[in-house]
Amino acid sequence: MANKANNLKGWLYLLPAILFLGFFMVYPLVDVFIYSFEEGYNSASQTFFGVGLYNYSYVLHDPYFLQALKNTFILVVITVPLSTVIALLISVGLNSITPLKKLYQTVYFLPYVTNTLAVGLVFMILFKKTAYTDGLANLILAWFGKGPVDFIDGPYWAKMFVLCFYTIWAVMPFKVLILTSALASVNQDYYNAAKVDGTSPFRVFRKITLPMISPMIFYLVITGFIGAFKAYSDAVALFGTNLNAAEMNTIVGYVYDMLYGDSGGYPSYASAAAILLFAVVFTITLINLSISKKNVHY
Amino acid sequence: MKVVLQNLTKKFPSRNKKSGDEVIAVNNFNFEIPDGKLIGLLGPSGCGKSTALNLISGLIEPTSGKIFFGDDDVTHLPPENRGVGLVFQSYALYPHLTVKQNIMFPLQNLKGSERPSREEMERRVLEAARLVQIEALMDRKPGEMSGGQQQRVAIARAVVKMPKVLLLDEPLSNLDARLRLQTREEIRRIQRDTGITTVFVTHDQEEAMSISDMIVVMKDGVVQQIGRPQDVYDSPVNLFVSKFLGTPPINVFEGKVGGGRLHIGGEAVLDVPGAPDGSVFVGIRPEGFVLDENGPFTCQLTGVEVMGRDISVVCRHAANAQTAAIRAIISAENRPKDSAKDVRFALKPYKVFLFGRDSEERIEFQTPKR
Ligand SMILES: Nc1ncnc2c1ncn2[C@@H]1O[C@H](COP(=O)(O)OP(=O)(O)OP(=O)(O)O)[C@@H](O)[C@H]1O
Ligand SMILES: [Mg+2]
Repeated sequence: MANKANNLKGWLYLLPAILFLGFFMVYPLVDVFIYSFEEGYNSASQTFFGVGLYNYSYVLHDPYFLQALKNTFILVVITVPLSTVIALLISVGLNSITPLKKLYQTVYFLPYVTNTLAVGLVFMILFKKTAYTDGLANLILAWFGKGPVDFIDGPYWAKMFVLCFYTIWAVMPFKVLILTSALASVNQDYYNAAKVDGTSPFRVFRKITLPMISPMIFYLVITGFIGAFKAYSDAVALFGTNLNAAEMNTIVGYVYDMLYGDSGGYPSYASAAAILLFAVVFTITLINLSISKKNVHY
Repeated sequence: MKVVLQNLTKKFPSRNKKSGDEVIAVNNFNFEIPDGKLIGLLGPSGCGKSTALNLISGLIEPTSGKIFFGDDDVTHLPPENRGVGLVFQSYALYPHLTVKQNIMFPLQNLKGSERPSREEMERRVLEAARLVQIEALMDRKPGEMSGGQQQRVAIARAVVKMPKVLLLDEPLSNLDARLRLQTREEIRRIQRDTGITTVFVTHDQEEAMSISDMIVVMKDGVVQQIGRPQDVYDSPVNLFVSKFLGTPPINVFEGKVGGGRLHIGGEAVLDVPGAPDGSVFVGIRPEGFVLDENGPFTCQLTGVEVMGRDISVVCRHAANAQTAAIRAIISAENRPKDSAKDVRFALKPYKVFLFGRDSEERIEFQTPKR
């Protein structure tokens, strides 16, 4: 009896959150799902001709979507592992220095509190070729005797490089913050025990440090995947709003364009693309979870 | 392997730059730990026990002084080259590794010719696990075991590489009273079986007394007394040591010596031939009281605590400056009547200690032959 009353109470406490989430998250999701199957939807008259997979077929044959899919995948595959590894290296480094530790931590956290568009401007200075300068990156390339490359309007690989560079740079502060605090919370006794037993630094890192902070690494990988799949504003900050023309569109950018862009007014295609993205993220997250069962130690 | 500490000192710099007072955690230690013995490092919290232990292990470097293992100067040797096994107060078992992996960890660190073969490792791990009787739990993770079991794994991990010296930092402080009793016997047994020179840190005097071959009593970074537990108990060098050892604790009074007799609050309670005249602190062990209707020592009875075979008579004394409740332990057969107001005791001379009022150092007097 008491249990039942307790259960009821539990649901009661959850009610506001459930209502809120239901209204703003679940309902739109279901709605998008339904939209994605309505063929020939007209937003003005709110009518459609039939139900089927045409929207998906259209999106999957749209070269812009395929480009966006490719871009997003490249972005994910490059930036998630790379940013996590770099953040780990920086954090371990930060954790092992004592003087000025606080200062370095602040420096590494700066990008996090800096406006995306302002940062975009800085990247322009670094990479953009103008009439007056080739940009800082090209100056460095010139030292190695390599010709100037237009990173903003030039070849595909150069633009992709800038986008990945930017993404890694932008997610770094958060990851470093999380990892430094995870490292700092590992009990010093483990390291002392390892030291007395003559454990090599590499083995300490692999056998003690990594497992100890594995839940945090896992958290960063999962959120990193999701964040990278949802990338959009970074690309806009670097390459402007016409991402399709720049070949730098992402899936979220494609969805946005379908809804509001020049070619906008196609909520059905947008919905289908969004559902495809959802399916991809969902699958990747499931794979992540199952891998983590073996390698993450809580 | 005998361990020798020579003028060993560790100072920690002050955190507060203004006051500039540094903490002398270990102050000029000079003693030798004989080969194959178990010694108890004993003292109140913050007296520098862990610091002393970490100096021996090499985890911290001394400010000055030397450490020898046998005839080798190891003062500046890093911990991994000293051949010590260390058991931490927190056990520090790796939570993501099984018991077996934990015990094997130190062996897997070995390199080159020192590194045993796979089978040899397995054999030694099993041997260590047998020693501490956890061979049935080899596949558990530390989180799935009781505190006592974890502690035994920690000991197994420390002894598996056959250290020359085993160091234990308050290994029993996380255990409940029963398990503590049991585990300290276990530690004693393991130490006897392996013959490894062992240093055992504790702030529990009973623990140290019961299992050590030798105890070192410390206070504020300074060694007070070193000796066999019984000797230190029977013959403390100063008031601190006498108060630190023994349960119930020693009863302390202010007294006066005059003409070879000891006076407490006007009563002449004991002949103390050879003690110089002057004010003293008097320490009387609880078992130093003998109920005697004609005894010279009177106090007001406040209660009787039954402890089974013995009882402890609790009373008050007007001139008692240090302990509020005086406890005398006597055989239960001699229980005084509860209605009695005053009880009288005779004192056993060799259970009575005199200490200088200012120096708090022991003042000797001649006791009759036992
Ligand atoms: N790293 C350090 N920096 C500064 N002072 C320290 C440091 N480590 C210990 N101390 C000081 O040295 C003294 C001795 O500390 P230690 O840890 O050796 O005490 P302990 O006898 O082990 O106490 P406990 O029984 O509470 O464990 C204490 O006053 C402590 O504050
Ligand atoms: Mg300590």
